[in-house]
Amino acid sequence: MEEKKKTNPKANIRLMFSFLDGAGHFFVLCILSSLLASLCELVCPKIISFTVDSVLGGMETNLPPFVERLVSAAGGTASIRAHLWIVAAAVLVLALFMGIFKYGESVFNRKGSETLVETVRNRLFSHLERLPAAWYTKHQTGDIIQRCTSDVETVKTFLSEQLTSILSTVLLIVLSLFFMYTVSIPLATVALVSIPVIVAYSAVFHGKIGERFLYCDETEGKLSAIAQENLTGVRVVRAFGREIYEVDKFTKQNDLFADAWIKLGRLMSMFWCMGDMISGLQQMIVMVYGTVLAVRGTLSVGALIAAVSYNAMLIWPVRELGRTVSEMSKAGISIGRIGDIMQAEEERDAPDAVDCDPAGGIEFRDVTFSYDGQTDVLKHVSFRVNKGETLGIIGMTGSGKSTLAQLLCRLWELPEEGGTITVGGVDIRKIKLASLRRSVGIVLQEPFLFSRDLEDNIGIGFERPAAHEPEIMEAARAASLDETVEGFADGWHTMVGERGVTLSGGQTQRVAIARLLTANPAVMIFDDSLSAVDSETDAKIRRALYEKTEDATVILISHRIQTLMAADHILVLADGEIVEEGDHAALLARNGIYRRIYDIQTGVDVDGEGGEA
Amino acid sequence: MDGENEKITHLRFFGIPKILPHLKPYLGAMLFMMLFAAGGSLIDIVFPKFQEYAINHYIADETLDTLVPFVILYVALLALQVAMNFTASYLGIRTEMIVGRDLKKKAFDHLQTLSFSYFNRNSVGYVHARVMSDTGRIGSLVSWYLLDCIWNGAYMIGAVVVMFRTNWRLTLLVLAVIPVVTAVVGFMQKKLTDANRRIRELNSRITGSFNEGITGARTVKTLVAEERMEKEFRSESGEMKRVSVMESRFRGALWTSLTVASYIALALVLKLGGDLTREQVMTVGTLSLFMSYSMGIMHPIRWIVNSISQLIMVQVNIERLTGLLETESDVSDSPEVVEKYGDMFHPKRENWEELRGDIEFDDVTFHYPDGEETILEHFNLKVPHGTNVAIVGETGAGKSTLVNLVCRFFEPTEGRILIDGRDARERSQLWLHANIGYVLQTPHLFSGTIRDNLRYGAPDASDKEIMEALRTVSADGIVERSEKGLDTEVGEGGDLLSTGEKQLLSFARAILCDPKILVLDEATSSVDTFTERLIQQAIGKVIEGRTSFMIAHRLSTVRNADVILVVKGGRIVESGTHRELLALRGYYHSLWSRQYEAEATEAAFKQFGKTEA
Repeated sequence: MEEKKKTNPKANIRLMFSFLDGAGHFFVLCILSSLLASLCELVCPKIISFTVDSVLGGMETNLPPFVERLVSAAGGTASIRAHLWIVAAAVLVLALFMGIFKYGESVFNRKGSETLVETVRNRLFSHLERLPAAWYTKHQTGDIIQRCTSDVETVKTFLSEQLTSILSTVLLIVLSLFFMYTVSIPLATVALVSIPVIVAYSAVFHGKIGERFLYCDETEGKLSAIAQENLTGVRVVRAFGREIYEVDKFTKQNDLFADAWIKLGRLMSMFWCMGDMISGLQQMIVMVYGTVLAVRGTLSVGALIAAVSYNAMLIWPVRELGRTVSEMSKAGISIGRIGDIMQAEEERDAPDAVDCDPAGGIEFRDVTFSYDGQTDVLKHVSFRVNKGETLGIIGMTGSGKSTLAQLLCRLWELPEEGGTITVGGVDIRKIKLASLRRSVGIVLQEPFLFSRDLEDNIGIGFERPAAHEPEIMEAARAASLDETVEGFADGWHTMVGERGVTLSGGQTQRVAIARLLTANPAVMIFDDSLSAVDSETDAKIRRALYEKTEDATVILISHRIQTLMAADHILVLADGEIVEEGDHAALLARNGIYRRIYDIQTGVDVDGEGGEA
Repeated sequence: MDGENEKITHLRFFGIPKILPHLKPYLGAMLFMMLFAAGGSLIDIVFPKFQEYAINHYIADETLDTLVPFVILYVALLALQVAMNFTASYLGIRTEMIVGRDLKKKAFDHLQTLSFSYFNRNSVGYVHARVMSDTGRIGSLVSWYLLDCIWNGAYMIGAVVVMFRTNWRLTLLVLAVIPVVTAVVGFMQKKLTDANRRIRELNSRITGSFNEGITGARTVKTLVAEERMEKEFRSESGEMKRVSVMESRFRGALWTSLTVASYIALALVLKLGGDLTREQVMTVGTLSLFMSYSMGIMHPIRWIVNSISQLIMVQVNIERLTGLLETESDVSDSPEVVEKYGDMFHPKRENWEELRGDIEFDDVTFHYPDGEETILEHFNLKVPHGTNVAIVGETGAGKSTLVNLVCRFFEPTEGRILIDGRDARERSQLWLHANIGYVLQTPHLFSGTIRDNLRYGAPDASDKEIMEALRTVSADGIVERSEKGLDTEVGEGGDLLSTGEKQLLSFARAILCDPKILVLDEATSSVDTFTERLIQQAIGKVIEGRTSFMIAHRLSTVRNADVILVVKGGRIVESGTHRELLALRGYYHSLWSRQYEAEATEAAFKQFGKTEA
């Protein structure tokens, strides 16, 4: 894969750090909160052991000096013994702080991860909007979306959950152990020795189980696909009377799927239960050993209780640590996949780019263009259109008509050696992109509608479409859209696009025409924009267009002569070359291909008996 | 998740009565699962007792006399608990998967018997979600969420009982905390559920925006609308961040309140239990026991509340799935027919008569079950065997209706359809379908090899017969070009092949089962001219000697049909042969002129290209 070679690890690491912009301090705060919460949680057993031993058991206190001072301020152990609410209150205050810190941990972590995802998402989107059209033809939509969503999610999980959780878990373990050491050195040592065993057990298991998960997911995917195929192919299934076969196929995969998960489930249950067993035994060892120490008199009851609680606190994070380590996942791969997009080059203006001045007309000088570097789609095309003139282009499918139009608004970049295109006498490569596209508007052959209402779709060039209703309505009337819209229950606020009403090809084209008329650029290109409209509407729209576009320079592309015949100048394009040109009358007089098409299209012979179509 | 709006439904008793009949076979296993879970959980209650005993006996009496039986008992109990938990969770995964599997099978089998009106009413995505995800969610509800309830509920009840027996006054005080905690947790859980629903919605919106930004990139560029799109994306992206952070606040608050509640319980025990210990009413061991129980009963509340909220959410899945299972087909065979010809899954082929292929619409009136508009009114048409009927009209005009009736995908509202002179309802659907060959406009292949696909309608066909069928439609080239021949995989939906290849293979599939009635839905998608010609030739060959219905988009292909029916707005507006229809100078004539014009223009250009070269 060519893509992979391009991926630069250093750039990827830089990229990952750049994602942390504005999010990093939240993660630091999160780890800090987690640390403080753990501290509170760890101090609590201390209070209990102090209460049990010194307050209730009357043993010597063994406290750090500042706590000692606190105790004497409260009137010493005897006074506390009489007023146990003091200890209870201390526990409560501690719990309150712990609660606040835990809350902080959760919120800071999310703030960090969401800030991160937001940054990445926004950067990706704005970058995508600025990538050249050529880039899009080389990448599949589904793949790009996946990179922008699930890969971003993977990176987030890595930074916010795995990395953070490993850091705070390790801190918690270290702290717990430290506290345990302060109550009992031998017991803490037992706990310390058991940690690697449990982590390793957990990590090895989770590493192993990963593959089985993949297999289970696969069986599920296959089952889902069988159901999907059956439903989309329901006509075939019924018409061939193959229901029994389908049921057998589904049942077989369904059984495989259930069995695979049951097997995996059994394995996981086994693992968890063995884990329970190991930690249960570990806890027993700590307790029994502690009891023995207590009986021998080297450990107080309170210290035993505290050590047992510290040990219990330790065991869960240790088990989790094993899982996290083994799931430290494909974040590297995901970063690389995001990097591929981020490193693609955006469209850029030349440093000395100027604004567009469409008054001087448009000129193509010896333009030759190829998409793949092999077959030329346009060959030495030259022509000129003056301001306010209408140019017609006729040609068959694949003759290069659309390419010509898209080169003019720089959806494709004409290479240096491919000739020049000028607008107002300036090479379009030297014109600011935004300015060029604002001056040269186009209705694409396959127009795209956005998932929003009709009014918004037509007025998409405006900041607030609702404020420009008169212009939008006028353009819509010119595009013969008003009647269609009256048929919709929600009128101009009918939602279209992916999440709304599906418009027919003709309706979509008319919305796109209205959109262009609303934007009202100095140069308007209509790329086969009426192909799906019936002839009556076609004529109506054309009449309206001639009125609306009086001052504009217009390029009309079509395969219907009726659409073009009123143009000031007509090019006949075949295989990327201009084969005939002139106005309608001149072309008819030439008696060439234009004439032949004209005869066919004005319907001399349509009963089909003579035609060989 | 399913791409559909998630909503909460309220059913009687949470829909349990609706789903219970489907769960009957598993109730035994579920009961065992619950028993083992309760057992495993109750053992947890016993463990703190060990510590109590150790403190009260060994340490207080300064002896280690019963240490060996103590350890043995501990290990034995631990092993018993682990075994019980393992059994419970194994039964859990088993129940989940088997309930899911059997519900999937039920739903899938039932779908095979449903008539087309169901598939017209419901999208593939909707039905697919019923089969795949509803069943899965019901499966998890009756296994994992039930287990969570039992594990946590049993622990709470057990702990409370033991506490009561030790000191009921103190227990009552601790229990007073529970209703408050439950209310708070319930409130937070509701907020969490709402926030999560919103997050899923926003998530699919963001994916949609990426999709739009990518597929609409060209249009955005030509309109210079990058900044506007970006601004809108940023606001969506920011909303996502806001809601996610809010979710973390509820999540954090939930854990914080549980933690604080545990420590309130602890503080209560410390103060009141401490007083009792001081007064020698309670031992230190019992005090520590009390402390661990009172802290332990708070966190289970969370999981019980979570299970209940799952139950509330799964209602909608129960409703939708049972809705599917209760839907009855509008096309079904009468008991007498089933008696003689067998049903969908047990056909009695020995009683099937030969089908000749005379079809007659006898005074047929029809409207779709979900539509008001009458499409056919007292329609009469005789189609003797061997007749070639063409149906033409614009996309979406309702050309499939007649075919749907002939194939008995729908029954006439009034009147009869006669097949070989007898009412179609007198014979079974499967009998009719076994005699029909169907070629779809978007050819539908199933994943598998070419051989699997061709044998779809004729499971016993030999390779020789298959090759012959392929040759008849000139599709043998496809097989010869592929390395693996007939064993070539076609991919999901046949996507590894081109549209033209899929089309040809589906022709071969149709003629392999040598049907008496052939239905062809001609392709609209453009294939290259060579393939186009192959397909035209194939059509000519396969309709010979068969009663055929051809839904045609390209009029040039139906010129030779015996009858052409012209459909507009769902109704048949003209009928006759090509010549008769042209002579009418009506709707058919206008359709013909337009298509002819377009085709002739292309042809003229092509010819021109040749002469130039």
